[in-house]
Amino acid sequence: MALTAGRTRRNVLKAIGASAAGALAAPYVKTAGSAGRLRLGVIDHWVPGTNEVLQRILARWGEANNVEVTIDFITTIGNKLLLTAQAESRASSGHDIYALEFHMVPMFKHRLVAVDEVVEDVIATHGPIADISRQAAFLDGAWRGGPAPAMNASAATVARRDLFLEHAGIDLTELFPASDARDPAKVDRWSWEAFSDAAAALHAADRPVGAAIAPVTDSSAWLAQLFASYGAAVVDERGDIAADSDAVREVLAYLTRLTEFMPDSVYAWDDASNNRWIISGAGSAIFNPPSAWAVAKRDNPDVAQHLWHCDAPRGPVGRFRAFNSVFWGIWDFSENQSAARDLLRYVAEPEVIVAMLEASQGYDLPLFRSHYDRTSVWAEAGPPAGGLYNYALRGDERTVTDGYPAPPEIAARISMQRIVPNLVARVTQGGDSFDDAISWAENELEGVLRG
Amino acid sequence: MRVLPPLLRRKPAVAVLMCVPLFALILGLVAYPFFHALFLATLNKAETAFVGLDNFTFLFGRQTFWMVVRQSLLFALVAVVFKALIGLAAAHAINTIPTKGQRKWRGMMLIPWVIPPALSTLGWWWLFEPTYSAINWGLTKFAMPAVPWLSDTFWARFSIILVNVWVGAPFFLIMYLAALKSIPGELYEAAEMDGAGPWQKFFFITLPMIRNIIAITTLFSIIVTLANFDIVRVLTQGGPLNTTHLFATYAFRVGIESGDIPLGASVSLFMFPMLAILAFIILRNVRRRAASLA
Repeated sequence: MALTAGRTRRNVLKAIGASAAGALAAPYVKTAGSAGRLRLGVIDHWVPGTNEVLQRILARWGEANNVEVTIDFITTIGNKLLLTAQAESRASSGHDIYALEFHMVPMFKHRLVAVDEVVEDVIATHGPIADISRQAAFLDGAWRGGPAPAMNASAATVARRDLFLEHAGIDLTELFPASDARDPAKVDRWSWEAFSDAAAALHAADRPVGAAIAPVTDSSAWLAQLFASYGAAVVDERGDIAADSDAVREVLAYLTRLTEFMPDSVYAWDDASNNRWIISGAGSAIFNPPSAWAVAKRDNPDVAQHLWHCDAPRGPVGRFRAFNSVFWGIWDFSENQSAARDLLRYVAEPEVIVAMLEASQGYDLPLFRSHYDRTSVWAEAGPPAGGLYNYALRGDERTVTDGYPAPPEIAARISMQRIVPNLVARVTQGGDSFDDAISWAENELEGVLRG
Repeated sequence: MRVLPPLLRRKPAVAVLMCVPLFALILGLVAYPFFHALFLATLNKAETAFVGLDNFTFLFGRQTFWMVVRQSLLFALVAVVFKALIGLAAAHAINTIPTKGQRKWRGMMLIPWVIPPALSTLGWWWLFEPTYSAINWGLTKFAMPAVPWLSDTFWARFSIILVNVWVGAPFFLIMYLAALKSIPGELYEAAEMDGAGPWQKFFFITLPMIRNIIAITTLFSIIVTLANFDIVRVLTQGGPLNTTHLFATYAFRVGIESGDIPLGASVSLFMFPMLAILAFIILRNVRRRAASLA
């Protein structure tokens, strides 16, 4: 949904609100268990204006089903979402439905009720759910959460098309056009080595690329896709420590080269630093969902019009993109589990997904591939027109989460203890040898794996 | 006129009764959390089985844990020394101002201490911000190099100590100022008549007279500084390279963020024996000095 001179943000939000209201009028069969009160703790959206649309959707559902719905929007900044979940799970008190990022589902699975019938029904209606999402929430033979309508996102490569063309000679719009007419041979040349060469040129032009290597979520995300593309893992799928490998050494060697072209401040970046950096015009590429672009569109349109969302660079074993699946779980202490299940079923309806997608200007990626064809938001969003087209996964990218390919419980702890960013920083910032850094990681991983 | 029941006419009984709210608070907010933490520290990760001291023996084999121990001690020692020195100097300076003008200076000096640290640290974070540091903006205006306040291990440690000193020095100031005011002026007058200079008066009158206050203030500050959380949490989240983690932030990372509550409880309890021994030694000395003065 492009914002042109005649279509202000306010008008767009009004239109989205109207479409959300239309969605609510759609036929919906509720069970006899609805009614009562539901308290939701959901993620405070990064894209301005999206919370209001979700609030409207849920309020209308509540009115239609005689359920009093109250919503708290909880930020992920400073891990507040996780802290609140810890507090509620230990106190057995709080919300009925709670939004859980991929690593939180395994952490709280013992306090979440199984919602198999809800998710299996949704899958039966809309086709298979993304593998990475199944891996996160289908635990010990049961679904511990239903797909959330908001905040599912991936860490696309968000790059300045003008700077890449001028200083690195790479036309990103040609590599990743706003259509399916890609040239596979050209896309194949978009590798981490090519990215490093471009980073060198952009660094020389004083417009470096940047990505956090600090104890924050953004670090874990982009490093997960880089490690996966080199076949490097710190813990393998069996749950065994695998940090001492040629693949890990190879990716550390690569990062030693790449970080020379990044600002030193990346070692202290938080999850908002990369956004601020690219929005300010100082940087040329980050790894992020379109929130940076959405805010730039509001705060610095001159930069926003050059931001192009691309596939991740390819490594020796493939092309991976970090994906954060968000689920809405029902606490086992919820007193209105029946209505909560009804709501989970409802928010998986295509109308809701599309309303949220358009409200978030394309940020909220559906967990079901079949929903991709229900909207043209990624093609129409802009300026630049088509800049978000490839934010939706279009090519040969596979999705990955931090800690991949370790089992979910272990992956969650690898993620939260920021072991991979620290392993990398020990080499690239601290000057440790590969052996010393890997030895440190193994020592940390023993803590992660302990029973 | 109604007569009190016999039990309430006994002074000890009334005293106990009036202390009940305090005991309830201590039991609920100090004793229960402490013993619950002890209990948690003896459980396995899933909190389903008793493992005795296994969590502690496991911690002792972790490199990062020992780094946190060293950092916490370094942080507490450096910060407390600077807070004490700055507090003492500022207290002396204010004490020399005529009484009428002291109030506004006392008020201004206390501002860093009375602002909630999480809030004031946010202000410092803006000054140190990795990319757009306000201080660096000023430095570069004068052709000086930017300082990696939060991204370099040395400067990150420097920054958290600096903010801690800024927040905590006024506490020393106010305690020392109160102690200085309690020293009888006659002692200084007598010393002056005997020809004592400023340094002699400081070392032979001031310091001995405020020694107990110094000891108690230092003990209290060491406890609070070792348990610091908000400054590190807001400024560095323990980075870079885990080099600014303290006991509390590391316990938080391991226990709350990674879901290993028993190990987190073990980390936070590790400092308890150290502080208990320190408190015992300092308070025993204070008691002895007080007894000798009496």
